[in-house]
Amino acid sequence: MTTAISVHNLGKRYKIGAAETKFRYNMLRDVIVDTVYAPIRLAKAIVGRSDRRMNQNYVWALKDVSFDLEEGKVLGIVGRNGAGKSTLLKILSRVTEPTTGTVTVRGRVGSLLEVGTGFHPELTGRENIYMNGAILGMRRAEIDAKFDEIVDFSEVSQFIDTPVKRYSSGMYLRLAFAVAAHLEPEILVVDEVLAVGDAEFQKKCLGKMGDVAQQGRTVLFVSHNMSAILRLTQEAIVLNKGQLIMRAPSQEAVDFYLSSGQSQAGERIWDADEIPSSSQPFTPLSLKVKDKNGKVADTVRSTEPVMVEFEYKLSSPVTGLRVGLYVSTMRGEYIFTSFDTDTPALYEKFDSREAGHYVSRAELPADFFNEGRYILGVNASSFGVRRYFMDENALAFNVDISGAPGTQWGEPRVGPVRPRLAWKIEKIG
Amino acid sequence: MTQITKIPVHEPHTVYIKPSKGLAALNLRDLWLYRELIYFMVWRDVKVKYKQTLLGMAWAVIQPVMTMLIFTFLFGKVAKLPTEGIPYPVFSFAALLPWGLFVTALNQGSRSLVAHNNMVTKIYFPRLILPMSSVFAGLVDFAIAFVILLGLMFYYQVTPAWSLLWTLPLFLLLAIVTALGVALWLSAINVQYRDVNQALPFLTQFWLFATPVAYSASVISEKWQVVYSLNPMAGVVNGFRWALLGAGGGPGLSLWVSVGISILIFVSGLFYFRSMEKTFADTI
Repeated sequence: MTTAISVHNLGKRYKIGAAETKFRYNMLRDVIVDTVYAPIRLAKAIVGRSDRRMNQNYVWALKDVSFDLEEGKVLGIVGRNGAGKSTLLKILSRVTEPTTGTVTVRGRVGSLLEVGTGFHPELTGRENIYMNGAILGMRRAEIDAKFDEIVDFSEVSQFIDTPVKRYSSGMYLRLAFAVAAHLEPEILVVDEVLAVGDAEFQKKCLGKMGDVAQQGRTVLFVSHNMSAILRLTQEAIVLNKGQLIMRAPSQEAVDFYLSSGQSQAGERIWDADEIPSSSQPFTPLSLKVKDKNGKVADTVRSTEPVMVEFEYKLSSPVTGLRVGLYVSTMRGEYIFTSFDTDTPALYEKFDSREAGHYVSRAELPADFFNEGRYILGVNASSFGVRRYFMDENALAFNVDISGAPGTQWGEPRVGPVRPRLAWKIEKIG
Repeated sequence: MTQITKIPVHEPHTVYIKPSKGLAALNLRDLWLYRELIYFMVWRDVKVKYKQTLLGMAWAVIQPVMTMLIFTFLFGKVAKLPTEGIPYPVFSFAALLPWGLFVTALNQGSRSLVAHNNMVTKIYFPRLILPMSSVFAGLVDFAIAFVILLGLMFYYQVTPAWSLLWTLPLFLLLAIVTALGVALWLSAINVQYRDVNQALPFLTQFWLFATPVAYSASVISEKWQVVYSLNPMAGVVNGFRWALLGAGGGPGLSLWVSVGISILIFVSGLFYFRSMEKTFADTI
């Protein structure tokens, strides 16, 4: 067997500048001081001795990662946000350079990271196919040969000579994906592409990925969607804080990831500078998603209830306060809204709240969410009086559907909810 | 149903990814592999530039012609600058031609990396392609304006300097090399310091005054000529007037100074760009 990818001691370090907040332009004085120092900063920057360097922190997004992948294998990559998955893919597709280590890649790397890159709204579908193909590294002759296939796959043949700015977002995406899917690289890298598009289209994408794997090409598949990882890969690696902590058959790796608290990103903590001063007297502290064992989790099972906890402080008494929760899909469609004083009993008791430290807790029922990634938003307001605080995109979490109704058929289902309905079947004749 | 399409098969080649040290090699091989992308980027820029405008391609004519008319009024009629016997409109237009190319290339090229940041952060391709194609895209406007110049010369019955005309492409090349060199420097700096965006309009204006576009280089006294030609665009503009109209003294020491500076900017820009290239995706 030939090795398609060989990664050796790979590391990537990023700078996180700390001194940039030194001048905040709050006062005219700051602006003047900053202007006076500008020529000195310029001189330092040119000779490469930026004064920021002294206060700079480094963070290793990827550290000492080594693995080999044989040609024709499909490898899943799992890990919480910030574990280094995307950094790894970016290095493999040569977008960014590693800080240490080496990678040997045999063949062209195509990634579905770049769907639609270089599309210009003023150009027609036809023109964009050529443009995008060239950006992805295809030769003109190659695009000519595959042009009809691309158009068929995208299902936009009627509008192929219309500028893409007139396309619906679905059409736009289908066309973009069609080009990327026909690049036919030796190594395909897929990152979260399943989060976009309608269900029908997602099915096509998965199909295309399956084809690619069947043709003996190598696939790297990054997803938060554990059932997709199980369905499509035989083997997976688990990344945590930039390090590779496990490589095992997919089922084993997914179980490890889901149970080990690896998935512990399901928490949002507000720093003082993220809270507008207008939110006073309300100060949000944290929002947590917890699984049935009370552990903070980034990925929860659809078959188990989920606890959502919102912690906040009131620096003075507030009348009519209600603290709300919005749940929406990654595409921004709301699934529901709920307030902590919706029920009359709680409304009586907490309509007026004293100053203090509070937590509002809600249990989201089991057998409710379909698979995918969902967004929690929070809101604190007094109805008809004033909104204190609002963050529509406070936290995202994943739902894993292993064991949910209908998973015996390995196909995605449309709709954000997946209830367990009390079906009855009778033979009536 | 399987379709069998004949596609050019390419052998999988092995790529080694490792941290690059010091001045990165120019990697001309990749640039060659991606040559079609340059063509497509230029084609896209040209195609999109005048989309959804009322006057379309006419802008390529209006801009230099209006500038020429203003110059003619201010410097030709009011200030009565010397033009070595050539009608002022032709005299200034012959200089506005390479100047327009240079300004467009400088502005588009310097902004090219930041303007295409979604490409830079998502896919690999030789980054040099972005400033290069922005510079080349200006050639279309140049060609259109060139036709206008021919019309002007015909109208004012100015005979071109036939024997010198063959040198024109060389001066055009000098203009391109200068613009690309400056664009390489500025586009790479712009990735980290957006100050470039603020400085560009000022730089362009300042550079125009330092270049004999509105006036003749002969107004500069002899002993300052060499210092003056440290500005490579002075060499380009003088060269254009000489090759087209036979005006000025023709190539001398000052031209070679201009050529030398231009090559220096270009080569240093190339190496600076390449050495910064590895951090583009992280800092943009």
